[in-house]
Amino acid sequence: MKKPKLAVWKFSSCDGCQLSLLDCEDELLTVADKVDFAYFLEATRAKLKGPYDISLVEGSVTTPEEVERIQKVRKQSKVLITIGACATAGGIQSLKNFANVDDFINTVYAHPEFIDTLETSTPIAEHVKVDLELRGCPIDKRQLLETLGALLVGRKPNLPNHSQCMECKMSGTVCVMVAKGQPCLGPICHAGCGNICPSIDRGCYGCFGPKELPNVPALTEKLSDLGMTKKQRHDVLRTFNAAAFAKVENGHG
Amino acid sequence: MTTKFTTPQSVIIGADQLDRLIKALSGLGYQVIGPKLEDDAVQLLPLTGADELPLGVVEEQAPGTYRLKPAKTPAYFDFTHGAHTWKQYLFPPKEKLWSASKTPKGLVIDDSMDTPKYAFIGVRACELAALGVQDQVFVDGEFASTPYKERRERVFIVALNCRRSGGTCFCVSQNTGPNVKDGYDLALTEITDKAGHRFVVEVGSSRGEEFLAKLETSQANDTDLKVAKKAVKKAAKSQDRTMPANTADILLRNQESTHWQDVAKRCLDCGNCTFVCPTCFCSTTTDETNLDGDTASRWRQWDSCFTLDFSYIHGGSIRRDGAERYRQWISHKLTHWHDQFGVSGCVGCGRCITWCPVGIDITEEVKALAKGK
Repeated sequence: MKKPKLAVWKFSSCDGCQLSLLDCEDELLTVADKVDFAYFLEATRAKLKGPYDISLVEGSVTTPEEVERIQKVRKQSKVLITIGACATAGGIQSLKNFANVDDFINTVYAHPEFIDTLETSTPIAEHVKVDLELRGCPIDKRQLLETLGALLVGRKPNLPNHSQCMECKMSGTVCVMVAKGQPCLGPICHAGCGNICPSIDRGCYGCFGPKELPNVPALTEKLSDLGMTKKQRHDVLRTFNAAAFAKVENGHG
Repeated sequence: MTTKFTTPQSVIIGADQLDRLIKALSGLGYQVIGPKLEDDAVQLLPLTGADELPLGVVEEQAPGTYRLKPAKTPAYFDFTHGAHTWKQYLFPPKEKLWSASKTPKGLVIDDSMDTPKYAFIGVRACELAALGVQDQVFVDGEFASTPYKERRERVFIVALNCRRSGGTCFCVSQNTGPNVKDGYDLALTEITDKAGHRFVVEVGSSRGEEFLAKLETSQANDTDLKVAKKAVKKAAKSQDRTMPANTADILLRNQESTHWQDVAKRCLDCGNCTFVCPTCFCSTTTDETNLDGDTASRWRQWDSCFTLDFSYIHGGSIRRDGAERYRQWISHKLTHWHDQFGVSGCVGCGRCITWCPVGIDITEEVKALAKGK
């Protein structure tokens, strides 16, 4: 059987999610044995022409060039999977959606005239059809391997949409909010990270973004009871998945 | 899982015998699980000796909060149930059902089971009732689970009569506690008075009776028994939370109540209540394959009626509204469970109240529905 061709595409992002693939140290050779890295600049200079069986897309759309390029990627991809908070939700850079972009550009860059950017940072799914989404900042490598493994044999990957709380409970992690009064976004957050933060004694800060139908107002009230100020409650939802939380913060998504 | 036998007289063991009890059970090949302090909570974890038990610790529980504090009396078991349930051992969150591997000799199926021999230390009356409820599903039911059955048959239960109630306990109104009735090998009641730190031990099975020979015991006198009884009565009296007696009817009559929307406004749909509930038994099945594609495994893992996937069928999820999901959970537990199993699905432990991040109180919701809100 011919090996499927895998491509990894970068849009506006930090490269951390692509690195998760390279970080699959123990499994990387098996992956390399099963797929052809047809286009993966972070790993190899070799470039194979499309079409591609699986495209992993990292990053959000923030420039006019990216608006066009994502269409080309989609056209060449049988299965398109977005990886990480940038690609699935617009990333931390979607903070610009809530501000005047020119103000940022003028503050940050010595030569603002060289910057050609859009007013907003948007997830890939706002531009093209996305077949699967892997959440997180960065993604969880087990979820990545699960997804690749599932596609290789033609089954549905196990990617739960439920709350982070369920992941904590299944692993026996004690609820940091109930037992310690620590603010935690777990009840409105998408599971899948392996409950990293609560298991090291800190609340979830939402890098996997909102879960299915999150009840943000109900949690916000609890965060207020735990002593978070209005600004803190606002800011805690304005991180890696800022644009995604903004859409659901007034009620179920 | 105990058969009927004539109960011998209760005996007394000194508090120093707890260590011997744990070690003797380990010596018999049991994996001893009991309360242990970790991460600011009492958890149910493997024990190797009595020095790992939380001595002199109690907890404060209220809707949405759980805090440990030092006890006035250095007792071993004055805290009540903590962050865990025994179900995570008998009905593990994720369990492999079988796997199949391609080998040069052909397809090899592995359906071996993980059925450790557990000994549970400090199982409370509500929790024994919960084990009874899960037994109906996994031992006697249409969907019986062989590994559950095996683990359940082997488990050695050292039960505990509570002499203190937690802040969200309502076992009295569910008629499950605080005194244990049956289903144990040994049952302890802790006594800490001038006469010393000791336990009244009741024997509930021939296995328990046989095991007791490994400990230094003395005859329990009338005073011991009286003190023990009184302490448990006091725990019962201190409970101020109740579930209405006609709860099953209240829910049936109020399926269209506007109150469900009121709950939905507060409910996070996080599923915590279902995972801390010692009777909730829902699971889903998933298939996994390795990257090589030469091994496939089928897993059973906990599922919750609060997720959209739970009611997903062709065309979408049936219960998209949070109100519908909360109604499903509570109506099954408190009403339809009676039709299905002849008992309530609620044993009154109060875990769903304590561990709900926003403190939704199942007893208060039933009362609000009763008022026709």
